[in-house]
Amino acid sequence: MQLVLEKRAERSNTIALISPLIAIGLTIVTMIILFAILGKNPFAALVVYFIEPLTDSYTLQEIAVKAAPLVMIAIGLSLCYLANAWNIGAEGQFLIGAVAGSWLAVKTQGTEAGHWVFPAMLLLGAIAGALYALIPAICKVRFGASEILTSLMLVYVAELFLDYLVRGPWRDPNGFNFPTTAEFDPVATVPLLVEGGRLHLGTIIALVVVAAGAVLLGKTIKGFEIRVVGAAPRAARFGGFNSNQLILLTFAISGALAGLAGIIEVAGPVGHLQPNISPGYGFTAIIVAFLGRLNPIGILIAGLFLALTFIGGEQAQIAMKIPLDVTKVFQGILLFYVLACDSLILYRFRLVSSSRQQVARGAH
Amino acid sequence: MRKTLFAAATALLLAGSISSDASAADKLKVGFVYLGPIGDLGWTYQHDQGRQALVKELGDKIETTYLENVPEGPDAERAIEQLVRAGNKLIFTTSFGYMDPTLKVAKKYPNVHFEHCSGYKRDKNMATYSARWYQGRYIQGQIAAKMSKAGVLGYIGSFPIPEVVSGINATMIGAQSINPNIKVKIIWVNTWFDPGKEADAAKALLDQGADIIMQHTDSPAPMQIASERGKLAFGQDSEMIKFGPKAQLTSILDTWGPYYISRVKAELDGTWKSEDVWGGLDTKMFEMAPYTNMPDDVKKLAEETQAAITSGKLQPFKCPVVAQDGKEVECKGGDHLTDPQILGMNFYVKGIDDKIPGK
Amino acid sequence: MELIEAIILSVLAASTPLLLAATGELVTERSGVLNLGVEGMMIVGAACGFGGALLTGSTIIGALCGIVAGTAMSLIFAAMTLGLAVNQVATGLALTILGIGLSGLIGAGFVGERITPAPHLYIPYLTSIPLIGRIVFGEDAFVYFSIALIVAVWWFLYRTRGGLILRACGDNHVSAHALGYSVLKIRLYAVMFGGACAGLAGAYLPLAYTPFFIPGMTAGRGWIALALVVFASWLPGRLAIGAYLFGAVTILQLHAQGAGVGIPSQFLSSLPYLATVIVLVLLSRARTGGSTAPAALGTVFVPDR
Repeated sequence: MQLVLEKRAERSNTIALISPLIAIGLTIVTMIILFAILGKNPFAALVVYFIEPLTDSYTLQEIAVKAAPLVMIAIGLSLCYLANAWNIGAEGQFLIGAVAGSWLAVKTQGTEAGHWVFPAMLLLGAIAGALYALIPAICKVRFGASEILTSLMLVYVAELFLDYLVRGPWRDPNGFNFPTTAEFDPVATVPLLVEGGRLHLGTIIALVVVAAGAVLLGKTIKGFEIRVVGAAPRAARFGGFNSNQLILLTFAISGALAGLAGIIEVAGPVGHLQPNISPGYGFTAIIVAFLGRLNPIGILIAGLFLALTFIGGEQAQIAMKIPLDVTKVFQGILLFYVLACDSLILYRFRLVSSSRQQVARGAH
Repeated sequence: MRKTLFAAATALLLAGSISSDASAADKLKVGFVYLGPIGDLGWTYQHDQGRQALVKELGDKIETTYLENVPEGPDAERAIEQLVRAGNKLIFTTSFGYMDPTLKVAKKYPNVHFEHCSGYKRDKNMATYSARWYQGRYIQGQIAAKMSKAGVLGYIGSFPIPEVVSGINATMIGAQSINPNIKVKIIWVNTWFDPGKEADAAKALLDQGADIIMQHTDSPAPMQIASERGKLAFGQDSEMIKFGPKAQLTSILDTWGPYYISRVKAELDGTWKSEDVWGGLDTKMFEMAPYTNMPDDVKKLAEETQAAITSGKLQPFKCPVVAQDGKEVECKGGDHLTDPQILGMNFYVKGIDDKIPGK
Repeated sequence: MELIEAIILSVLAASTPLLLAATGELVTERSGVLNLGVEGMMIVGAACGFGGALLTGSTIIGALCGIVAGTAMSLIFAAMTLGLAVNQVATGLALTILGIGLSGLIGAGFVGERITPAPHLYIPYLTSIPLIGRIVFGEDAFVYFSIALIVAVWWFLYRTRGGLILRACGDNHVSAHALGYSVLKIRLYAVMFGGACAGLAGAYLPLAYTPFFIPGMTAGRGWIALALVVFASWLPGRLAIGAYLFGAVTILQLHAQGAGVGIPSQFLSSLPYLATVIVLVLLSRARTGGSTAPAALGTVFVPDR
């Protein structure tokens, strides 16, 4: 007898509904054990992680602010992945978008430039992100070079480029040689939604992106093409869909969204350009995209949920002195459980007797 | 079964929340934001040692909390604000990159006091503090010049910011006071912390003929390499003699404890005000580790220099300070350079045969 | 001349962890699996390797602990991607997050301790030969092992039936399956081998390079190993060249600075990655119609029964 995985004839909607619950249940059990080993009160810890951040308008704002870039990037990435185009270089596109938008902020610093500056920065960020994403896409369609690897390599190049700019030409002349640009002028920063709060325009933009993603995938022909090319490449070819064109398109969209997230993050929460502007948003967003099952609404929920674990992790440090490493382990375990349970939507386990397997193999 | 489990859970929960509430009652809450993990040595460890000294001294009146591994990016502002919201009334943010986030949060919460380490922006409720490590570097320069047989020092820099550049200059001025022909080789590793890369840099410096290693990075790797090769080195931030029992000459020890205690006392008395404290050997903002692995006359010289700097008799950046191009630097502070000149130092002194990257 | 010898010694030491980790990843990718969690497996290997050596006083046991830890991490990855057909990219990234957290927890008790670094070979007379003596006869065991390993991997991939099958799985898992090979089992072994190598590479850092453990001490070397596999276009010979070239660029850049030659370090540091992209494009172009990457790389395989 042997346990084997096999594809379901149809995706299981029941599992799709209950799988997140199973995953969270498993995570909670695992974490209770881990907390107990560490000598922390497991129940209090879970409340600090999951419940407390949701009971306070301030932490809710923080969750939205933290989730906004993740969701924005993940929506773009989901389009790529649905079309079977593997952009894993969103981190680089994020950085390049931030750099391009900041260029305008640095150039207009201290001038009389008006309110056109911020929208123009967003535009520059999106365009630069899209162009940077098109490099691996073009390498793919033109030369057949693996986009997974080229897009990853370009992340490092972007990091070093940013590093060079802020340590060299764009360094704040009054900043004692520290590697940052000057603080951006008010016209070059993201407007806050509530005075004195943390919620900024970027969170609204993220919601718009989610809605646009849902419309594109659900209601347009392009969205249909993307899904068909990914799910059934052969059928798509017969249908006359141009998969190369879709690779270029989805890469450009995801690059633009990553670049947009980058410039919003720099012009908002950070306020100036510096070497560390991303705590790995581009990579975390890949996980968000999968947690959200490549579905816009799912991504929104997944992004908020992951943000919750970040905020909860900080509160756990403050309230219970739980080390940050525990939060990392917790996130890792949670991701594994969610991904594993989701797998059962498309697949199922079956017990197969060894002899039958032999027969099956012989039949091939 | 299920019911009892639930009951137990709620009981635990309540117990947890009540006990934390009770202990927190009317104690002053003091928060710390750390860049790295605490570990066992280095920058963050020393700040945490300061926090522990604080707890030891005033533990019955205060409660401390810290957040570790807070990156200097978009998350910093939230981390600081989380500490404010957890009721901390005095918050120390212990890395340069927290400067703007601290300022933003300080503007938002005028009733909370902030202390930012190593920056230059202040506000009514935001003070800054740092240490005059260059004084220690001057002493190290003298020791190095005495101990080096090759007359070549190896210097591992992190980033060419003024703090590091002024450290190199102070070292050279100190060394030149002993041996005018002393040479220094500088390698920038562009990181505060990467043991492997720091080790590689130390090896490269030793291979190129330096016989004393000085570092402005955080890990004990350079000390370890010097020790392995039978050469000498200076520690950084922490006591590193464990990693080079026969190699460490001395180390600049960040001792934040006394400062933290004095600031928290001021907060408790209601006399806290925003200041810019740049403490040196005189206020014990940092200390020198015991002078080891050197003959008595060198040790005596080091101790004398330390005493002279502590009393204010000796200024490491005493005029004339001659820059690399042979021109004398304008002497704005009477007989020595002013603090702003040192804080913004962006030139090498004469005798350094190199150029500052990006300049 | 002594300087050249010293530089070569440093280059060999700096390249060894990259070569070890990349060798493992090369085999994994050749079987058609992309494991982006190299950094996570390495850092756990570093923590466990150091712990083992600290508790027993033996470098060999430390190395074994690193190997076991890396393999254990890779088994999580295998269970997810092979057992449950979960996307490899997402799983690999999650593995890195988990690894960084785990290593911090495991290593917390070891921080600040130090051990005796791995001994270097010493053969009377031979090691004392000027210039080449220490390079050829004076390294630590990891350096020799990493070279032996990449040769063994080359031999395995191109000279054995097992290697042929493994490559077949990576190039076309459907046909490999049709021919009666258990694609999943072969991939499992390849992933485990990759984990073992990454764990050993991580353990090399605290056991031989800098004999202490500090959280985050792998400092991104796992990601460089991933880049090297691509740079080498999945060929063992080129991988060895690439690893040593990368080590050489890193070390020479430090030496150039020490000698007073200023080069904008960011440009130099970005060259290997740019080179990797260009190599990839050129290689793919040379063989029109497809890249030299294992064709099934990163794709899920569930046997159709």
